[in-house]
Amino acid sequence: MSINRKELTEIANLAKLDLNAEQTQQVCQSLNQITDMVERIKKADTAQVDPMFHPCDFWMPLRKDVVTEATHKEQLLALAKQADADFYLVPKVIE
Amino acid sequence: MINLSLRELNQLLTSKQISPAELGSVYLDRCRQFNPTLNALIHVQNDLAAADLLTADRSQSILAGIPLIHKDLFSTKGVTTSAASRMLADYVPPFDATVVGRLRDAGMVSLGKANMDEFAMGSSNEYSYFGAVNNPWDLSRVPGGSSGGSAAAVAARLTPVATASDTGGSIRQPAAMCGITGIKPSYGRASRYGMIAFASSLDQAGVMAVSADDCGLVLEAMMGHDDKDSTSILAEPWRWQAPQEASMQGLKVGVIPDWIEQLKDNDIKRSTQQALDTLVSKGAELIEVDLPHADLAVAAYYILAPAEASANLARFDGIRYGHQSAEPCDDINDMYRKSRNEGFGQEVQRRIMLGTWALSSGYYDDYYCQAQRIRRLISEDFKQAFSKVDIMAVPVSPEVAFKQGEKSDGVSMYQADQFTIPASLAGLPCMSMPIQPVRGLPVGLQLIGPYFNEQVILSTAARFQLVTDYHLQMPEAFL
Amino acid sequence: MSQQWDVVIGLEIHVRLALDSKLFSGASAQYGASPNSQVSFLDAALPGTLPVVNEQAIDYALRFGLSIDAKIPEVTRFARKNYFYPDLPKGYQISQMDDPIVGRGQIDIETEKGPKIVNITRAHLEEDAGKSIHDEYDDWTAIDLNRAGTALIEVVSEPELYSAKEAVAYMRAIYNRVTFLGICDGNLQEGSFRCDANVSLKPKGSEALGTRAEIKNLNSFRFIEKAINYEIKRQKQLLESGRTVVQETRLYDADKDQTRSMRGKEDANDYRYFPDPDLPALNITAERLAKQRQAMPELPEAKFARYCEQWQLAEDDARQIAYDVAMASFFEQSQAITRAKAAENAKFLITDFNALLNEHGSDLQDTKISAGHYAGLLDAMASGQVSRKIAKQVLNEMWTSGEAAETIIEQQGLAQISDSDALRQIVTQIIADNPNQVQQFKDGNDKMFNFFIGQVMKQTKGQANPVQTKQILEELLNND
Repeated sequence: MSINRKELTEIANLAKLDLNAEQTQQVCQSLNQITDMVERIKKADTAQVDPMFHPCDFWMPLRKDVVTEATHKEQLLALAKQADADFYLVPKVIE
Repeated sequence: MINLSLRELNQLLTSKQISPAELGSVYLDRCRQFNPTLNALIHVQNDLAAADLLTADRSQSILAGIPLIHKDLFSTKGVTTSAASRMLADYVPPFDATVVGRLRDAGMVSLGKANMDEFAMGSSNEYSYFGAVNNPWDLSRVPGGSSGGSAAAVAARLTPVATASDTGGSIRQPAAMCGITGIKPSYGRASRYGMIAFASSLDQAGVMAVSADDCGLVLEAMMGHDDKDSTSILAEPWRWQAPQEASMQGLKVGVIPDWIEQLKDNDIKRSTQQALDTLVSKGAELIEVDLPHADLAVAAYYILAPAEASANLARFDGIRYGHQSAEPCDDINDMYRKSRNEGFGQEVQRRIMLGTWALSSGYYDDYYCQAQRIRRLISEDFKQAFSKVDIMAVPVSPEVAFKQGEKSDGVSMYQADQFTIPASLAGLPCMSMPIQPVRGLPVGLQLIGPYFNEQVILSTAARFQLVTDYHLQMPEAFL
Repeated sequence: MSQQWDVVIGLEIHVRLALDSKLFSGASAQYGASPNSQVSFLDAALPGTLPVVNEQAIDYALRFGLSIDAKIPEVTRFARKNYFYPDLPKGYQISQMDDPIVGRGQIDIETEKGPKIVNITRAHLEEDAGKSIHDEYDDWTAIDLNRAGTALIEVVSEPELYSAKEAVAYMRAIYNRVTFLGICDGNLQEGSFRCDANVSLKPKGSEALGTRAEIKNLNSFRFIEKAINYEIKRQKQLLESGRTVVQETRLYDADKDQTRSMRGKEDANDYRYFPDPDLPALNITAERLAKQRQAMPELPEAKFARYCEQWQLAEDDARQIAYDVAMASFFEQSQAITRAKAAENAKFLITDFNALLNEHGSDLQDTKISAGHYAGLLDAMASGQVSRKIAKQVLNEMWTSGEAAETIIEQQGLAQISDSDALRQIVTQIIADNPNQVQQFKDGNDKMFNFFIGQVMKQTKGQANPVQTKQILEELLNND
């Protein structure tokens, strides 16, 4: 399995990362070293094996439907680079 | 003073021979003195926090007044928490990680935040926005990673204790390379709440200290159920009891001859063999076991961890906190790309792309799901092994601390995690303890326990440390 | 030449669960608070925060599943759906993919062609996104995260709705169901119930489905019908002019009554779902399921069956009452205390009472008439004290005054004359006063019988007991 430049551009787009032409070449190469390395997992016979999505051998706990949080509005908005008194602000999004 | 155990420090504190403030200052001074040499800490406190000292005065815990350093992956309220990334270089969390809160409640006094590989992605601590950490045993060498700052800080006694995290070996490998003791408990033992996520199904908080006894005392205080973390174990936490004698009579220790064979460095091989001999000399029985699927562990891990990371790191979009590009942006996507490109280092970007690829349509089943199936096979291998033995003793790293800049490509660095990754995939408790150094550089032995059973590895290490003094050795430059 | 087309519609309905807190955090889920005032550290996706699932959300989803007779799995799992959007703080939405909490089920709907069963593919739990506000600033989009993390169930239908009207009927059936169960407040303006419609056309009789367009975010029954009809027209024009339909997401603009292509969400369509590693799998125990089954009110389907069986209602009547929550409850309450037959109760309720409601444009639960008073009126009818016609008049009085039926009947002297001696006297007098008509009747003109009934009613102002009147008339006219 190897990732070509076109695929890498798509991946970078999905991950919202920017790659210039020079980087694309370099990143492609280093990613393909890794994909070559991980290729071996395909050889293992796993027909009878369920994926182990989690090392937890217990079930999910649940919480009661109770409001436990006060407002953190000022605290949170103060962390943002762009915000007014009420909102986070981002460059205009066109739907 | 800096070579005293936590129990001895506690003696001094409870008998009022020294106050928490005085003890803290001793270490704070060392931090100021030595950190410029080591770069082990991203942040050293100007003063000890009054609140910490107050709690230390009131706490009945054996840890009251003991100084510590947190890996910069743990959120600390009011103190910058960067995960060694430009992305979070000025992020100040409004809350404490559960682990941080618990140790503070026990009365531990924080000295600062430890350097690390950016977002815990790395095995050499060279991937930090704040620069590489130098190994106190040889400043031209790496301390290991990703908890390299924590390990170097303990090794140079800038602190008696540091918190750390382990995803694929990030506690054990730097502990081994810095000659200290470090434990990663079972997955789910210590809360992940407030610990910045790298790979959620693998990340686990742990402790680094001089000895297994010290680790046991701190781990006891920091673990336990947290209802803010759905993956936190409900079971009753154990109480740490230090063994009083070194006898390991009746202990069945699993060894994997093949792994020892794979050690290309004959000195490490000899050192490992000698440590196993010590276990035998104290009555332990060595039993050969096999993990037939372990050779696939590194490959599976480098699919699973990046896949989870690719989602975990999507929240860093420059909007609500963290780095936002100052460049003019055409639109929101442009802002995302510029902010993330500037905010993340190369290794982080590489892993995000690798993970994005492994999850993308057409590859999900062949790679991501297949890796999870292999994870189950490895987990079953361990179950088999632990039906025959109480504990496993295997190498930590195939090499001693290497020179900075020596490893430039990802794959060779990744392969070096081959002995630590299998236990991570299975969520098992595991640790590294110092054994006979080679060529003046530390070496570790990895102890792995069955799920839930941290005591067996901690007490075995503590018994080992009753008859050896490798853990007490420290680099002379920092005396 | 115009080709004939089959329309195929599938709906994805987002139902906001009526919960106090969010799906994964303890922040308030109440609507309408000041912007960003109900945002926990988790909702803002601060690093290190972790989700913990709201138990009530699980139980509500299960209740919905039971109500559509769905397959409920033993194990359910949450998954991450990855995409970047400024009102999606984590960069992924926690949703469900391979193991949804509610599997295949079905629901009855009413169409113009009669009742129809619609298959529901699945329903899963997921968190809502925040709100992007585009008209607050010229150069910025403002983000409010109050809604981020509130609990939704997404109900996905099979593509087996064949007209805009059917789609609306299905949407109504789901709406009625979730409000009936009390798991959704049903507030359309606040977006508690929203729908995405997948619309496609295929040549009449063709097996293969055509390319579909998805119309997003419809939150009114009226708009969904208009939007789908517009979309059908648009696709028909495209296809008939030899062009093709593009698979895309479209928005309905109610002002222009048009759908338009949505550009924003086009580029990243690979959502890279994978099980959320922050959340272990959830075991749905038999015990939990049994508890939810017990907590459920009787469903319309069950009521319908019971009405037919226990009370022998006509199917149409039973359906009409059973599927209307308020009417069913009123019917059952009154039937529990009246001596009247259930069939009589149903008839009077469906025709006369309903007519009154329609006339006033009111809902049953808003009237002054209690089920008890209504039962009294049914009793008066059953005992022959009032005729159905008078009963309607009494009902009208009850509507305005809120008095008991008995009181009104007594105060206004509306009781039927059932005293046979008094009636006999009246009938005798009428026969005596109308010899010609008597003769005609005797000559075989049966219609004359109604003339005498009319005379009796006229004289008694309609209060004569019709059955007795008939009996006495027959007796006296045929008795020389």
